[in-house]
Order: sequence, then C-alpha cells, then structure tokens
Amino acid sequence: MKVLVPVKRVIDYNVKVRVRPDGSGVDLANVKMSINPFDEIAVEEAVRLKEAGKAEEVIVISVGVPQAQTVLRTALALGADRAILVHAADDPHTDIEPLAVAKILKAVADEEKPTLILMGKQAIDNDLNATGQMLAALMGCAQATFASGLEVGEGSATVVREVDGGLQVVKVGLPCVVTVDLRMNEPRYPSLPNIQRAKRKPFATITPEELGVDVAPRLEILETVEPPERKAGEIVNSVDELLEKLREETEVV
Amino acid sequence: MAVLLIAEINGGELSADLTAKSLTAARQLGDVTVLCAGAACSGAANEIAAFEGVSKVLCADDPKYGNALAEPVADLIVGIACEYDHVVGPATTTAQNILPRVAALIDSMMISDISAVIDGETFERPIYAGNAVQRVRSRDKTKVITIRTAAYDATGTGNSAPVESLSAAGDPGLSEWLEDRVAENDRPELTSAKIVVSGGRGVGSIEDFSLISSLADKIGAAVGASRAAVDSGYAPNDWQVGQTGKVVAPDLYIAVGISGAIQHLAGMKDSKIIVAINKDEDAPIFQVADFGLVANLFEAVPELTDKL
Ligand SMILES: Cc1cc2nc3c(=O)[nH]c(=O)nc-3n(C[C@H](O)[C@H](O)[C@H](O)COP(=O)(O)OP(=O)(O)OC[C@H]3O[C@@H](n4cnc5c(N)ncnc54)[C@H](O)[C@@H]3O)c2cc1C
Ligand SMILES: Nc1ncnc2c1ncn2[C@@H]1O[C@H](COP(=O)(O)O)[C@@H](O)[C@H]1O
Repeated sequence: MKVLVPVKRVIDYNVKVRVRPDGSGVDLANVKMSINPFDEIAVEEAVRLKEAGKAEEVIVISVGVPQAQTVLRTALALGADRAILVHAADDPHTDIEPLAVAKILKAVADEEKPTLILMGKQAIDNDLNATGQMLAALMGCAQATFASGLEVGEGSATVVREVDGGLQVVKVGLPCVVTVDLRMNEPRYPSLPNIQRAKRKPFATITPEELGVDVAPRLEILETVEPPERKAGEIVNSVDELLEKLREETEVV
Repeated sequence: MAVLLIAEINGGELSADLTAKSLTAARQLGDVTVLCAGAACSGAANEIAAFEGVSKVLCADDPKYGNALAEPVADLIVGIACEYDHVVGPATTTAQNILPRVAALIDSMMISDISAVIDGETFERPIYAGNAVQRVRSRDKTKVITIRTAAYDATGTGNSAPVESLSAAGDPGLSEWLEDRVAENDRPELTSAKIVVSGGRGVGSIEDFSLISSLADKIGAAVGASRAAVDSGYAPNDWQVGQTGKVVAPDLYIAVGISGAIQHLAGMKDSKIIVAINKDEDAPIFQVADFGLVANLFEAVPELTDKL
C-alpha cells in the first residue's frame, strides 16, 4: 500500500512568536522554520509501516512556498520515498487554508490512490485542526482523528483516539485519513547518510492550477494582535503566606 | 440570523456546561436551534430546551449517533445546514472531529476555536498557541465554527423551548466504534471546574501524583497535567492542559512542578488566579503566576494540603 503524508512548514515550536506592531501578522524574518511537530510524527509512523512491510511507498507532500522543500527534505531523510511540493504561494506570510489544502490533497490522492493518508491533527501556526477532517469529507472516506495508536489490517485499520473523555477505539475502512496526536510515537533523528541520500530521492513540483484547485482564501484576516498580557505576580516565601494571599484574593479557598 | 448549535452529548447524556457556554456565544449570532444527536438522548434534548435563548431543539435519537462518529453525524448536519447562517459547536474533540467534515461538505472554510464574536461574520481566534490573536471575517454562506468554551460563561436555564424529532440520515458505514477507555472519577470536569490543580514532570512518578490528587480533593478541584506528566505515564491523556490538551480558565489554577512552556500556558493562562509551585526560581511559569512559591513540591504540597 501507498501512504501519503502531508507536511507543513511552520515556525519552530521553540521560537517565541512575535506579532508585528502594525497588526499585519507575525514576524517571520530570521525565524527558524521546521516541520510541524505533528507531521513529523505522521512521517515517522508511515516509515515504521514501511519498515514493518505493511507499506510499499511513503509519499510526502507540502503545500505552500518553494521554501517548503526543506521540510520535504527532512521527511525524505526520515525515510519517506518521494516528495511533492505544491507551489501555491510566493509570499511566506500567505497561509493556504485547510479547505484549499484539502482540495489539493484530494486531487493528488485521486492520482496517487494512497490506501492511507497520515497527517498531523493540527498545524501549530494557525491551530485550525481541520485539514484531515476536510480531506476525508472530500474523499468520502472514513476519518480517525487525534490518533495515538494505529494498527493497519486487511481493508481496515484500528485506531486509538485521544478524546476529551479518555481514549476511544474505532475501526475504519480503508482508504482513510488518520490525523495523529503527539503520543503516537517518538520520531527518530535523521542520520547524516540519510540526509545525503534524501537529496537524491524523487522530488516533483506542481501547481494548484495544474490540479484545478483555486487557493484563494475564504477568510479575510483583518488583524493580528498580541494577546492580553498577564501582570507579573509576586513571590511568596512560605506556604502560610500563600494561604493568606489565597484567602484574601479568592473565594474558592 | 439562524444558528444551529451542536449540543455536546456523551453516551446519551448532555454535557450541560460545555453546551451552555457555547450557547452564550451562539446567542450573540442570532436565533439558536440546538441539535441533539445521540442514542437515547431525549432526556438530554429536554434538558437543552430549558436553556435560555434556545428557540427550538431538534432531537435525532438513533443508535448510530451513540458514539458521535464523525461520518454519520456530519451527514445528518449537512442535511439541514443550508437552513442556517452558522453551524457552531464547542471546541471539544467531538465537535472538532465532526464540524470540519461538515464545513468541507458544504464548501465552507472552517473557523476553529473562536474566543470572541465581533459580528455575524467577524470572529477572534487565538493562533500560535495563544501567542497571537487573529481577527477574521468570513463571507461563506453558512459559517462553520467551534467555540473556545473557556472564554464564555454558561447561559442559565428557565426556558421551555419546543423539542422536535429529526429523522436520522443514512449511515455511510465507513467506521465503527469498538471501545471507550474511560477512567471514571468523582472529581469535577476539568473544563468546568472552579479550581484546577495540575502536576508536571517535577512530580516524578505516578505514585507521587497522588500528592496532586489529594490536594485537589481537599479543595474540590479538578486534576490537570502537563504533557510531560502525561507522556511519562503519571496521568491519563484526558488530564492534559495546553495547546493540544484542554483549555481551562478556572478561578484558581495551581501549577505544581510545571515549568510553563508556551504550549502549556496556551491552555491555562486565562485563569483568574494562577499559583505556581516550583523549585526553580527561573521557571517561566512564575512570569504568569499571581503567586509563586519557590519550593520543593514534596514538602510544600503536603503542607498546603494539610493546612487547607
Ligand atoms: C506541538 C506541541 C504541543 C504541545 N502541547 C502541550 C500541551 O498541550 N500541554 C503541555 O503541558 N505541554 C505541551 N507540549 C510540551 C511542552 O513544550 C513542554 O515540554 C511541557 O509542557 C513540559 O512539561 P513540564 O513543565 O511538566 O516539564 P518540564 O519542562 O520538565 O518542567 C518540570 C518542572 O518541574 C520542576 N521541578 C522538578 N522537581 C521539582 C520539585 N521537587 N519541586 C518543585 N518543582 C520541581 C522543575 O524546576 C521544572 O520547572 C507541547 C509540545 C509541542 C511540541
Ligand atoms: N500547507 C500544508 N501543506 C501540507 N500539509 C498541510 C498544510 N496545511 C495543513 N496540512 C496538514 O494538515 C494538518 C492539520 O493542519 P490544520 O488543519 O491547518 O491545523 C497538518 O498537521 C498537516 O499534516
């Protein structure tokens, strides 16, 4: 079976994000960019399926600016076989919306016919948590979101989902879309030889027009602002002092 | 404007607090019809009918909605979505699973986790783990939205809206529920508790996590955890607070042995009062704490529990 893994290039999770003072977005100048952490886990899971003899090919795909090729190279170094860059924007501040990404992925899936699409549950930039569900809808297939466990069988997969009440286990027919949560696995570090090898793996670039998808945004971003700042508090010296403060300041204790 | 609110139903029972909080946001948008989809959920439907500002409750009572699988519930919603200007639900794992599927099926762009309604087409939502807030406008015919319940107070009761039954849609048969693994406890729900006590990696073991639970039980609090504590197996996944866990805003949040990574702060920094207990005076959690105690948690927490 083929596994398709969409990966997004985002600001690295360790970076303290700064909002531009003019409200036009966040500062991307000289900021470290990385593969979305959830997507790295999805790539790792796909590669493990290949190593277990369950998958024949792992294809990674990213939609965005040409610089997104760096996260595709990372995914190839982790063990993916081939990469597709969908060149959908030139300005790094342009974020292609989940609906458009889902339409692009649907068009690619129609061509590639993957049995499984493994992706992140959420992009840590826009925090939308929507693309996988939208793709499954467009494909008319099953979805298993927020997965922490995946067992692929003949014609179906069993997925453990992290939900608000605990864990839910579902069985989904294939092909399906699985979005992964952080506890699915711990991604490996790419080795130096694998980073070298990744440079020679097949890499295709296509455009949304070639796929017949309009990526024009539906949401107009009016403004991006800083969240309300919390006032710095005080340090208390003992448990007794803490209790005193809590009795003064709250009704709950 | 006509709004369809998806009630949060679990095993036929209404999650009243989450539904009532999302209702507060929904009422800012227009006339609210609530969809109650579940198995044996007529009791839940009647409960919803009592919430203020509900015009009508649609009850789709059918075994196939019992586990809130996304595929059948999305089909049910899509069947009636065109009658509404907004389809909204709480930003829970249930609605966040279903509503983007609905949005794609009606060619609408999903608007997740809104923290404020500006007008019928303009909303605010946190991005980058709450490090920025975006104001967005949607011109989609039917807007599909999930609501950050921690940003809203619950709507009260005192109404008696009509309850109509809604016939079930077909079952696409794409997925099947096998099992829920749910640990029962008598503590308040994390997302509705007035006090939350959370433990982090500093707690060090599953056994010592009982220090956190005992403190919580003494003051009727819910128990939360950092991702590191969950990953290490000290606490179950549904206790995780943060960017990828639950978002809470209690009157009092006590963070014990938690460093205060932005991903954790994303889930608790709107709490009214934050207390941090950490042995490292440079821990970033102290930058958001109203009261910080630099101490060894193994001494401070038992003493605190004792004196409360
Ligand atoms: C995409 C992504 C999403 C994430 N989502 C979340 C999320 O939803 N929620 C979340 O919490 N994290 C999340 N994280 C992880 C986050 O980045 C941090 O790694 C995590 O919050 C750290 O947990 P911690 O504070 O318990 O552990 P640590 O950072 O290891 O901190 C432990 C603290 O305990 C203190 N300590 C140790 N011993 C004692 C003692 N005896 N007495 C007192 N204090 C002591 C230490 O001083 C330290 O400050 C996410 C990360 C990523 C990449
Ligand atoms: N531009 C993109 N290119 C590739 N994959 C994406 C893109 N945007 C979103 N995704 C995938 O969809 C997941 C969820 O993203 P989101 O719905 O934006 O939170 C991500 O973890 C990725 O796997």
